[in-house]
Amino acid sequence: MRYLVRRAQRLVIVLLAVTLFTFLLVNVLPGDVAYEIAGTEATPETVAAIRKSLGLDRPVLVRYFEWLGGILTGDWGKSLKSSEPVWQAIMARFPVSFELMLIAQTMALMLALPLGIISAYRAGRRPDKVIGTLAFMSVSMPAFMFAILLIFLFALKLEWLPATGYEPLSKGLWANLKPMILPALSFALVEWTILMRTLRAEMISVLQEDYISLARAKGLGDGRILLAHALRPSSFSMMTLLGLQVGRLIGGAIIIEEIFGIPGVGRLLIGAVYGRDFVVIQGCVTFIAIAFVLVNFLVDIAYSLLDPRVRVSGAAHG
Amino acid sequence: MANAVLTEARREADAGDDAAARTAHRNRTRLGMLFWLPLAWLALVILLAALAPFLGLAAPDAIDWANIKTPPGTEHWLGTDVLGRDVLSRIIYGARVSLAVGFAAPAIGIAAGLMLGISAGYYKGWLDDIIGIAIDTWLAVPGLVILLLFSVIFGGSLLMVCVSLGLLFIPSAARITRAATLNFATREFVVAARGMGASDARILAREIFPNIIWPLVAFMLVDVPIAIVAEGALSFLGLSVKSPTASWGGLIAEGREHLQQAPHISLIPTLVMFLTVLSFNLVGDAVRRRLADVRESAI
Repeated sequence: MRYLVRRAQRLVIVLLAVTLFTFLLVNVLPGDVAYEIAGTEATPETVAAIRKSLGLDRPVLVRYFEWLGGILTGDWGKSLKSSEPVWQAIMARFPVSFELMLIAQTMALMLALPLGIISAYRAGRRPDKVIGTLAFMSVSMPAFMFAILLIFLFALKLEWLPATGYEPLSKGLWANLKPMILPALSFALVEWTILMRTLRAEMISVLQEDYISLARAKGLGDGRILLAHALRPSSFSMMTLLGLQVGRLIGGAIIIEEIFGIPGVGRLLIGAVYGRDFVVIQGCVTFIAIAFVLVNFLVDIAYSLLDPRVRVSGAAHG
Repeated sequence: MANAVLTEARREADAGDDAAARTAHRNRTRLGMLFWLPLAWLALVILLAALAPFLGLAAPDAIDWANIKTPPGTEHWLGTDVLGRDVLSRIIYGARVSLAVGFAAPAIGIAAGLMLGISAGYYKGWLDDIIGIAIDTWLAVPGLVILLLFSVIFGGSLLMVCVSLGLLFIPSAARITRAATLNFATREFVVAARGMGASDARILAREIFPNIIWPLVAFMLVDVPIAIVAEGALSFLGLSVKSPTASWGGLIAEGREHLQQAPHISLIPTLVMFLTVLSFNLVGDAVRRRLADVRESAI
């Protein structure tokens, strides 16, 4: 319980710091919003008028707390370009980003699980080395490069899957999933490596445990030992990582969403960046940061609930 | 006659030596191929990038409407892009940006992280807490999002790209430094130095710094490919250094719309970037392993 309280305190401090940071970055540093709205031909008077109408002439801290109040009550401001409320804009796109992440992580897991188990089972031998080499090459390819290759291969040469586009779920499950396959795969081909390595490392040490020897002595088959006895205790860290990746990828999907034309939060953000729509930028960054911090917090808590050892050592660390 | 026999014998002995040397060599460098080959590639890329103006290449921004999207051939070795610009030349000039950022950004980040980490680890207390919270905050925003924000606010000059990318390397560098400093700060030689009346600044600079710098250098080797990839992502989005000095990510993005008719425009820079990042990873891995061996044997 004390661990929970400590973590929650830390969470609040980090959330405050993150929001303050994004607020200051967008509001105080060069590139005043008022000048952006007024355009290059504006007189100082119009700029001053815009500043006043936006409330930019008041002290920064006052504005920060007002803005923070808005964030808490669901008033995230309006887009400078389209006047769309930012919170609604994000909420309309969030499910799309989230779906992409879920599919991507499922694919990554489907690669990481069997390959990690084989690697651990044959540690140091040929299958392990081959998989290790594959992982090494995967890590050297960023997702946007995989995206280009996948589009080239599966959309243009083989014409199996569309290169861009998005269909809502209302058009049917397959219509919805089809354009998601390549973007999700672009992520999965990068993300599987760290999952696989974590699973492999943990499984190798689990396979040294006495109860595995006991299972072996009882005459259980290797497959049974690996899947029924060793997999669950080995997948703790991997599951944590999986959660952390979801948090990170909610906002990290910018390039992939842009390449494949998927209307998610990342694309909203990059569109706002190109259009210099500061209110939307600020909203998206805040949303991504809060989502990321919350996911990390929840993963941490879930982990400590599942594994008491962490709670104890976490408390000892202070 | 005797001379001829002697020569023959020597030749045989040489051949035997040669074979033995070759086996020994093969054994020693079995892992080494994965070190020397990538190192050679990196040397080639760095050399070409450094000597770019003296190679007699077509100007990277020379537009030639008569020869757009020509596939690789004798005239243009790697073909031309959508504006008829020479792809080889653009890749080599692009390497200058990618490599400059790749080395400068981690250097900046590690220097700053070193300062923060060493102060947090040495002084502990509230300073440690504040730096810890700052780092948590910093880590709470995905790197690419921070980069986007900075590129909006500060624009895309080479210096700004290096600095804002460098900021991303602060947290990990600070954490490693802090952990290492915590470890060394209680060691006998530090206690002894303090007993002899050395000031904090002297202890940090003369006792602790020399001990923690090597892990950080090894760490930087891992960061270089990460920086190249991150710059590539930024440049892919058109938010890094402005065209015509496009870096590799920008080159890949430029050919994106033309994958069907002229795939070489995107795919060749993709291959070059992949080989370079892979090479950095392989070399970094080998060096790190070697350093770890040295440190283990020293302990």
